[in-house]
This record gives sequence, structure tokens and C-alpha cells, in this order.
Amino acid sequence: MSTQKDRAPAAAGSGLNDDIGEQKRLDLYRSQVRLREAEQRAFDLFLQNLVKGTSHLSLGQEAIASGFAEAMVKGDLSFCTYRGHAHTLARGVPVEKVLGELMQRDNGLMRGKGGSMHLTSEEHGVMGSYAIIGAHLPIACGAAWRAQYKGDKDVSVCFFGDGTTNIGAFHEALNFAVVWKLPVVFVCENNLYMEYTPIGDVTAVEHPAADRASAYGLERIIIDGNDADVVYRTAQKAFAKARAGEGPSLIEAMTYRHSGHSRADPAKYRPEGELEKWKERDPIKIYRERLKQFGVSDETIDAIHADVMKEVDDATEACKAAPNPPLDILTTDVYADGGWAWRN
Amino acid sequence: MAEITYRDAVARGIAQEMARDPDVVFLGEDVAKAGGVFKATVGLYEQFGPLRVRDTPISEQAILGAAMGAAMTGLKPIAEIMFSDFFAVCFDYIANEFPKSRYMSNGQTKCPLVVRTGNGAGSRFGAQHSQSVENWCMMIPGLKVVAPSTPLDVIGLLAAAVRDPDPVIFLEHKSLYAIKGEVPDGEILDTLGTAKIVRPGKDCTIVALALMVSRALAAAETLKNEHGIDAEVIDVRSLVPLDTRTILASVAKTNRLFTVEENPRLCGWGAEIVSIVADEAFYDLDGPPVRITTPHIPLPAADLLEDIVLPTPERIVDTVRRSLGS
Ligand SMILES: Cc1ncc(C[n+]2csc(CCOP(=O)(O)OP(=O)(O)O)c2C)c(N)n1
Ligand SMILES: [Mg+2]
Repeated sequence: MSTQKDRAPAAAGSGLNDDIGEQKRLDLYRSQVRLREAEQRAFDLFLQNLVKGTSHLSLGQEAIASGFAEAMVKGDLSFCTYRGHAHTLARGVPVEKVLGELMQRDNGLMRGKGGSMHLTSEEHGVMGSYAIIGAHLPIACGAAWRAQYKGDKDVSVCFFGDGTTNIGAFHEALNFAVVWKLPVVFVCENNLYMEYTPIGDVTAVEHPAADRASAYGLERIIIDGNDADVVYRTAQKAFAKARAGEGPSLIEAMTYRHSGHSRADPAKYRPEGELEKWKERDPIKIYRERLKQFGVSDETIDAIHADVMKEVDDATEACKAAPNPPLDILTTDVYADGGWAWRN
Repeated sequence: MAEITYRDAVARGIAQEMARDPDVVFLGEDVAKAGGVFKATVGLYEQFGPLRVRDTPISEQAILGAAMGAAMTGLKPIAEIMFSDFFAVCFDYIANEFPKSRYMSNGQTKCPLVVRTGNGAGSRFGAQHSQSVENWCMMIPGLKVVAPSTPLDVIGLLAAAVRDPDPVIFLEHKSLYAIKGEVPDGEILDTLGTAKIVRPGKDCTIVALALMVSRALAAAETLKNEHGIDAEVIDVRSLVPLDTRTILASVAKTNRLFTVEENPRLCGWGAEIVSIVADEAFYDLDGPPVRITTPHIPLPAADLLEDIVLPTPERIVDTVRRSLGS
């Protein structure tokens, strides 16, 4: 799902018109650049003390969010974590809505009632961002159960980190999804760290998700999470399986976050050179080179960047100008009647 | 009209709602083919089939999480947690997920589901299979909490809970499953947030819930017959929403308030009621409100011990009589 379409002529005989195709490649690139610039802006605004509270950036992990979102169709559902800005934006939620929520303004996605860790936009299929580790895996199962029961063709896609594979809800959800053969796709973004601890220090197996797959009768899938083409193809395959009624998939996508765990984290625990090594495999750099190999002009690429920057700049200005949320929303939507009354 | 058990009322209430609305589905451990460990869901699997009545693994988080995901996207699930004590292993959904998603999403997310569970003591199951956990739920904004005391209320309140657009915790009392009561034929639908005066009286108000209602009624009989005290007994039925009007009106009439609570003492629901009455009806009171509760201890297993820790009719009679100075 793309917010804007940008058509560039395919180079004759290039790989642009392979299974992914020219338009989808440009969409994948635009999406990744958009997530990158929006989050970079969020970080800048945090340094200006305009983004409050905590926030967890996906800088460096964009190919996973973009690859999956671009393979989804309208009606497919995303279940995200507190590291959910990228997944939310990737489904087409306007940058202004996300930045507004981070800046705790009235124009935010939830008008400041949820905050960075709980981005939700049901109209875009973003069924919530969950900040209790593992909670959303069973919830995604339930949405998939509804699809199965009603004969709906949508897929529920659940994103989580490597550290999440060590909590009970992960294991409950996988077993449940397999036993009930649910149309759910579990995506583990292995960024090598759970918070500040290397995942290997606290996990019995080398690949925290994939090495557990066989315990649930699932295929062991490990992919390069920094290559949007690989992610996109993997997503398509898993979605087709789910839509065909053949049950869940568990995908482990290898990646790395460029920033700390959250805004408070300078990431001093990383070994010397690790970040630099991964920055050479920056997903956006990789994809820009791919586009160029396929003959996409610098002009076309620059135009994508310019478009994205305009959305991000306009959003920033709109958020700075936006009012704070009014106090009367404090007590709205506790209950379905719109209010908070617990007594007569 | 028919006389049925509280246990059969559960199955009848679920069946009534499943027959009425194809979006109502039911899941839990041993609930389908086996009919539930308390035999409260016998026949549903046969009547509604394997797509709507589903056995789950021993995965309380998966049960409640799946119920939530289904509720968010259009179904109206009823989830069973076998013993309410097990809320502790899936409390994230009860405390963090169901009740907060609507608020955090600024009204985008809905969560119309019911969690049914076997609550309360009396079965000699010991400290981890006997608790009264209504306070655990009552303290969470965004939840509704219901605890019926009769077969009729089971059906009517369960129907209301299933049709309610909010997450409802439905506490069935294990020691009531075998009791019988009259229920009319046809559809039964009650209203959440309504207390019931189950025995009118003029000398004091005794507010009780679930198993404690019949004990309060038994105590009221003795108080009347042996001590000339005419107690009004109120079955709270619904802790959230809480029908404070019925309670305040009763206290305005009787001028004395007693609560009978099966939960351990600290932060019991009765404390909230006492606080509301103290705030809003202090000058109606002729004496201090008194809470009759289980002491603040884990529950023992032995019958002799369990029997003396829960409020008994004798303890209620004694407390009321001494407080009223007769
Ligand atoms: C139940 C629970 N335990 C601990 C935390 C604190 N916590 C927040 S994020 C996090 C690390 C999660 O690591 P991972 O799953 O790898 O995701 P990542 O942050 O790397 O995306 C922890 C421990 C939490 N939010 N919930
Ligand atoms: Mg991680």
C-alpha cells in the first residue's frame, strides 16, 4: 500500500519488470525513505524537547516494515509493538498523525491519549501497537480466528522482536495458531538485542524464532531483513499460504537498529565497529543501489526524496502549530458509551 | 417456568445468545467436547458445532488474547477461564489490554467480550482454586464486573454481558453451580449495573454478592425471628457499573450499612461502598458502617477451616446484632 505513486520508465531489459516489478520497487523505496525521514525527524524533535515521553525508533529496520506493508492489501491487519512508528507509517498513516501523537498534540493519531508506544489506526489496518512484550501475538491469533470463522480473506501480521521469543505468550500463540490453522503471520525482527542485552546471552538457541519453529511444526525461515525485495517476496509467500487456509508462518528477519533501544539509550553496550558494519548494509542504501542497477535515474530517486521531505516538513510545521489536546477528552472512551461512568 | 440449576443456567444463557447472534463464539479449556470441568457448558458443542464452541490448549494468555483479537475485529467471544485464580497467569489481558485499548486508541478499538470464570470458595480446593477475585477486576477502569447469585440472574446477566459493547468479567460462583431456581421460559435479558433488593427491611441494610447473598438472607431470617431486627438485603449483582442509587436509597431508609464480602479484607468491594456511603450519606447513618469479610489470609483447604473463614450466617447475625446493640 503506497501513499503516492511515482511512475518511472523501466530500463529496457532490466530486472525491474521481474516478479516484483517497476512500480512496486519504487513504492518499496519510497516507503523506506519515508519511514527513515519521519523517524529521523522524530529524533530531531526529541532533541528539541518537542517529542515527549519515550520513543523506540526503527532506523535501520525499515526494509521489514516496508516489505511486509507493501505485500499487504487493504483489509490485512498489522499488529505492532511499541517500536511501531515504522509499521504504522508503512500502512499509509500520514506522517502528521504520527508526529502529532509523538508531540502529544491534538492532531495526533489518538490525540495524545495513546502516545508513541500505542499507535493505532484501524482505518489503515493498524490494529494497535502493544507495549507489553508478547501480548499481541495471541491478539493477532484472535483476529485471524475471526477471518477463518467468517471466511474473510485477510491476513493478520504480527511484528515483534527477538527478545519477545522468550516470553510465554509467544509460545502459547504459536501453538494455538498452528493447532487452529489460523491465517496469521508472525514476523520476528531479530535486531540482535533485547533492550540492552545481546539476544544470544539470554536465549537457548542461536536463532530465537526460527530455531523454535520446528517445535510447532513450522518451517524454519531466516531472511535478510535489510533487503526489501527479500522481505517482500517472503511476505507474499506467507500471505498466500495464510489466505489459502494453510495456516500460520513464523519468519525471522535479521536486521539491526541504528539507534539505541529507546530515546534514553546511548547504546554503549555495542561492540566497537558493529554499528558501522551494519550501516554498510543499510536497507535504504542497498535499495537505492538496486534501483540504480535496474536503471532508475538519479532524478527519479531524488524526486522521491523530495516528495518525502515535503511530507515530513509539512507535517512538522502542522504539528508545531497544532493545539494541545483539550482536557475534556480525558474521560472519553473509557467505555463504549463514550464516557467513563462506573456508577449511577 | 422451570426449575434449573445455576450450572444449567450458564449453558442456557450461552445457548440463548449463540442462537440469537452468529457472531457469538465460545472458547476455553475442556469446554466443548467435555462440557466444562464444572459441567456448565454441556450440550453447546453438540448444538453449535466445532466452529463456534472450541476447546483450547492450556494457554490462558492465548485464550484471552484470541478473544480480544476476535472481539476487536467483529466477533463477540465468550472465553472461559476455568478457575478465576488463573486470572493471575493472563492478567495482562484483563488489566492492560481489554480495558485500555479503547481509551488509548481514542475510541477506535472495540472489545465486546465476556470472560466467564469459576470464582469463590467452598469446594475445599485450597488457596489457589478458591479465591474471590472480584476486587482484582473491579479496580481496573474500562472493565465491567458481574457476579450473579441465582440461575435466573445467570441467564439474564450473561445475556446482558454478551450484548454489552464493553469487556465484561462474569464471575460464576463455584459453590452455587448446584443450586436450583425458577426461570421463566423464553428469552431472558437483564440489565448490567442494577442491584436488587432481595429482601425488604427497615432496620439495617446488608449488601452482599454471589454466594454471600443466600447467607445474608439466612442471617436476615434469624435476625427477624430471634432478634426482632428487620434487615434489608441487597444483591449487588454488578460491581461495575455499580448501582449506588439502590444502596444509598436503602441506607437513607434503614440508617445502617453492612457489607458481606467473600474476598479477603483489604480493598474489598465493600470498602468502596462504605466509602461512597460515608461521603454521600454520612448524615443518614446512625452508626458506623461495618464490613463482614473473609480475614486477610490465604484460603485453607480443610473443610473445617474453610467453613469458618468465609462469612457465615451466624457471623453476620452476630455482627449485626452487636452493632445494633440488641
Ligand atoms: C512483559 C514485559 N517485560 C519487559 C518489558 C520491557 N521491555 C520493553 S522493550 C524490551 C526489549 C524487547 O526486545 P525485543 O523483543 O528484541 O524487541 P526490540 O525492542 O529489539 O524491537 C523490554 C525488555 C516490557 N515492555 N514488557
Ligand atoms: Mg530486539
